[in-house]
Amino acid sequence: MSGEPLLEVRGLVKRFDEGSGLLGRRKAEPVRAVDGVDLTVAPGETLGLVGESGSGKSTLCRAILQLVQPDAGSVRFEGQEIVGLKQRQLRPLRPRMQMVFQDPDASLNPRKRVGEIVGAPLELHGIASGAKLHREVGELLERVGLSAEHDRRYPHEFSGGQRQRIGIARALATRPKLILADEPVSKLDVSIRAQIVNLMQDLQREMGLAYLFVAHDIGVVRHVSDRIAVMHDGKIVEEGTADRVCEQPREPYTRELLAAVPVPDPREARARRARLSA
Amino acid sequence: MSVEPLLRVRDLSVSFATEDGVVHAVEDVAFDVAPGEVLAVVGESGSGKSVTALTLMGLSRGPNARISGAARFDGTDLVAAGDAELRRVRGERIAMVFQDPMGSLDPVYRVGDQIAEQIRAHRDTSRKEARRRAIELLDAVGIESAEQRVDSYPHQFSGGMRQRAMIAMALSLEPSLLIADEPTTALDVTVQAQIVELLRDLNRSRGLAMLLITHDIGLVAEIADRVAVMYAGRVVEEGTLDEVFYEPQHPYTWGLLGSLTRIDRPRPERLPQIPGAPPSLVEPPQGCHFRPRCPHEFERCPQVPALEARLPDAPGHLDRCWLDPMEKRERRPVGEDGP
Repeated sequence: MSGEPLLEVRGLVKRFDEGSGLLGRRKAEPVRAVDGVDLTVAPGETLGLVGESGSGKSTLCRAILQLVQPDAGSVRFEGQEIVGLKQRQLRPLRPRMQMVFQDPDASLNPRKRVGEIVGAPLELHGIASGAKLHREVGELLERVGLSAEHDRRYPHEFSGGQRQRIGIARALATRPKLILADEPVSKLDVSIRAQIVNLMQDLQREMGLAYLFVAHDIGVVRHVSDRIAVMHDGKIVEEGTADRVCEQPREPYTRELLAAVPVPDPREARARRARLSA
Repeated sequence: MSVEPLLRVRDLSVSFATEDGVVHAVEDVAFDVAPGEVLAVVGESGSGKSVTALTLMGLSRGPNARISGAARFDGTDLVAAGDAELRRVRGERIAMVFQDPMGSLDPVYRVGDQIAEQIRAHRDTSRKEARRRAIELLDAVGIESAEQRVDSYPHQFSGGMRQRAMIAMALSLEPSLLIADEPTTALDVTVQAQIVELLRDLNRSRGLAMLLITHDIGLVAEIADRVAVMYAGRVVEEGTLDEVFYEPQHPYTWGLLGSLTRIDRPRPERLPQIPGAPPSLVEPPQGCHFRPRCPHEFERCPQVPALEARLPDAPGHLDRCWLDPMEKRERRPVGEDGP
């Protein structure tokens, strides 16, 4: 990998106070949701981040994007330190790092037409307006496998897979260099999941995008990723090339995770059970 | 199979009148579950698999629902039975486990009390005896220190423990059939594996028959004896686990098995995908419902193919596809080596 990384995270920490909620009581130590994470993403590369619920992977994404304020550590994007920047200073960077969410239903405003949703980042960042905006939105919709005429419809008129395409079109609008995708296919049916995975890979090749692809499904992560980082209890416990991590896991937790993945092959499943009981 | 099935579903159709028109959620569904057998009904969202399960429990009835066909379970037709009769069957002889245990456990009652109440509602048992039974059941589903845990509230349990508690409650009246609707979907992968192990164990050690409703092909491969694949309201293929995985007959099954990711095989350059999206169930395509997405469509497809055995040497392997079996073997992109 030549040159400097697109994203470089060093020693990132994010704590939450657990008991300071409803009754104002303080319980024990604050929880370290992200506990000293290091990772890098090179331009055009996919880093897969796997972990179970509560591992801290979603908080990590939010801390990278400065949607929550990290307690310690550094996040450099295109060489620039972004921890500690004010909203106003972050704003010019936002177009270059975008996010795709798990649940398109929760992240697409049901009252807005698709054209407004996809065009919003372009308007917000002053990139396009008027006829140019309309043309760009049409192109984006076509690029993600929808048609330009879909811009007049509302999100509920689309299937789950199509709504995820809309979410991707919105993320692409500002021509980002990096997309943080948080469980982008986990709510989708198997046959639709393959379509979206293929779309994301095609877009990566065409546009030179880098992904931080976050998911609990290690099968999907392995398919899309160049490298994989395994997260557990707020820490990256293992990192390596996708094939190496899946074929020769070094850490006990990674081995446990891989062993738990059901194999969609009855003969192999039987053989595995026989090995385990032996 | 010469054994009398425990559950025999025939010509089951369910439709709902909605603002957008009549939704044909389930169409002519048929299958058997033999005693002690695990039948997995696999399908994507909108395939009708959950509506099928709810209908068997009498839970899809309502003023805008139309239900026809028959589902004979141990002498009772679950479709025709009155509400009172169905209530007796439900819980007692058929139990159900859902995806979200938090939605089915009452947050303000102790877990043990909920199990004990269920036992006392159906059986003439003392409080003390019902509580003893609740502890026994929690222990049987792998909850550690069940004697203390019996007094916990649902929120004090982890997701996996809640699902175990749900399963304990389902077992409390010793049903002969367990209907499990996506029992592992909401759980983390390591917990999923434990619940699968528990379900396998209950099936093997107690001979508990299961109707497993799922979209998870991996789960199916781990636990099912037979498989019914549903698409757009219909069963499109049915057979033993190995028949469906290694001799799949329906192009939808090919697509489903082909689009899986496997961590134990070299990864393909590109994931095979099924084009398009499932059809509207208000106006499904005429004939085979998979036709608009099928690369093998030909002139017979606008007629509905029957669900029947089409292979001379596999009388229990049924499918709804007009293609000649020899031709299928040539065209099939997945097969003997598994998905």
